[in-house]
Amino acid sequence: MCGIVGLFLKNKALEPQLGSMLSTMLGTMCERGPDSAGFAIYGSGDSEHVKLTVRCTSSGYDFNGLAKRVGKEIGADVPVQIHDTHGVFIVPAGLEQKAREAVERLGDGAKVVGAGVRMEIYKEVGRPDAVAKRFHLEEMTGSHGIGHTRMATESAVTTQGAHPFSTGRDQCLVHNGSLSNHNAIRRQLQRKGLHFETENDTEVAAGYLTWRLNEGDSLSDALKHSLDDLDGFYTFVVGTEDGFGVLRDPIACKHAVLAETDDYVAFGTEYRALAGLPGIETARVWEAEPATVYFWGRH
Amino acid sequence: MPTIDLEVTTLREFNQMLHDLTEGANDTHFQVVNPRGRHAIAAGVDAPVTIEIDGNAGYYCAGMNKNANVIVNGSAGVGVAENMMSGRVHVKGDASSSAGATACGGLLVIDGNASARCGISARGINIVVKGSVGHMSAFMAQAGNIVILGDAGEALGDSIYEARVFVRGTVKSLGADCIEKPLTDEHKKTLSALLREAGLNGEVDPSEFRRYGSARKLYHFHMDNLEAY
Repeated sequence: MCGIVGLFLKNKALEPQLGSMLSTMLGTMCERGPDSAGFAIYGSGDSEHVKLTVRCTSSGYDFNGLAKRVGKEIGADVPVQIHDTHGVFIVPAGLEQKAREAVERLGDGAKVVGAGVRMEIYKEVGRPDAVAKRFHLEEMTGSHGIGHTRMATESAVTTQGAHPFSTGRDQCLVHNGSLSNHNAIRRQLQRKGLHFETENDTEVAAGYLTWRLNEGDSLSDALKHSLDDLDGFYTFVVGTEDGFGVLRDPIACKHAVLAETDDYVAFGTEYRALAGLPGIETARVWEAEPATVYFWGRH
Repeated sequence: MPTIDLEVTTLREFNQMLHDLTEGANDTHFQVVNPRGRHAIAAGVDAPVTIEIDGNAGYYCAGMNKNANVIVNGSAGVGVAENMMSGRVHVKGDASSSAGATACGGLLVIDGNASARCGISARGINIVVKGSVGHMSAFMAQAGNIVILGDAGEALGDSIYEARVFVRGTVKSLGADCIEKPLTDEHKKTLSALLREAGLNGEVDPSEFRRYGSARKLYHFHMDNLEAY
């Protein structure tokens, strides 16, 4: 099972409503994945700064205190936006690595789960509509976002096992399906120096894409390579700074419905997720072809 | 003619209403609005009534249908008319994967395209797709006719039994044990009748189709065919 939603707004006037639209879509997919949920939002940002999404282990964590300690360590002011168990730290772009190390060292178990000029990643265990509410998704704004509702099959129900998984700066992956050769691929990637936190198959797919991108692949090529190397059933949706991409495995057991109007491109594991969008009645609605990479964005 | 708004009446209530229909009931035509991709709309109906769905239906629409005439004025999700026994299901848009899966009888008409595995394990249903079908269509299909006016995707008719597949367009590839067979006058007659039932009166010439069926080599295990299993 699992459910995926994605929304890319072509019409800038809708950007203030991104969170509320995505939140409705995510809520509809509760039945497909009631154990945990997550989403990535591409909001404001400037090229001189990087947003680090930092996840702590419990509500009430002192993010302000950590931001101060990190700021002192890297020698820069670090503003922080707190959303329950997640804090978004805004650090000067050149100091990203130093800030990451400072969070790891000073954060009492807090982890950097995503980084980007515009991307913020949120995920937690619980019913997807409750998770969305906890982070106030409906109030978030931006150009696009992707979300995931998880019904765990390959590994434990934990926040770490929830999607999205970061694959690089401003990039993340969500997955519906299960990979059958993830243990072998994990071992291969570990030998190449990649580090994994969980037993989760999707983390391996994310690691795989990260590795391919580091090898010089474009995201589209990295996805195409995954058709050769990853075995199993999957629909992948990747978020990028510009938009999102979709890939279904060649057997295409995992569903993928797309809709496009003059205002947006939307993705849903099922049409139900799209049924509440404005103008859906007259939208072009179609299923993604198997083994075909799609991208939408501000190219 | 009752109109059912699925934003008001729950799907469970509506399906129960259809299951409770008795012979000679006054209501014979149900209009359904706001389907919004809900699953199993009009599943398990066993009555000679018409159910018209205005909008897109979700998974398993008209599944297990017996006697009813179900019209979807939109597209249908996975497994439309799965396991249908008799009656007629007409999708005016596209159908997702596994349309008409395992169905024993009746007629499924899809005006648009059907995606992967259309007619998988069909056991007597007649399917007419006016557009194209995706990969692995007619997989292990046992009986009935699958008529495709457009093209067929990869591995058409893989491990097919005695169902007949007619394709007017191109076939990307044939699956294991599926071969092209001659189109006889008898087949053209069958095609003519099916096309007429699907609402096409002479627009399409039956002789434009090619027929595909089983080479009958995989019915029983044979060591020489090991590679194909």
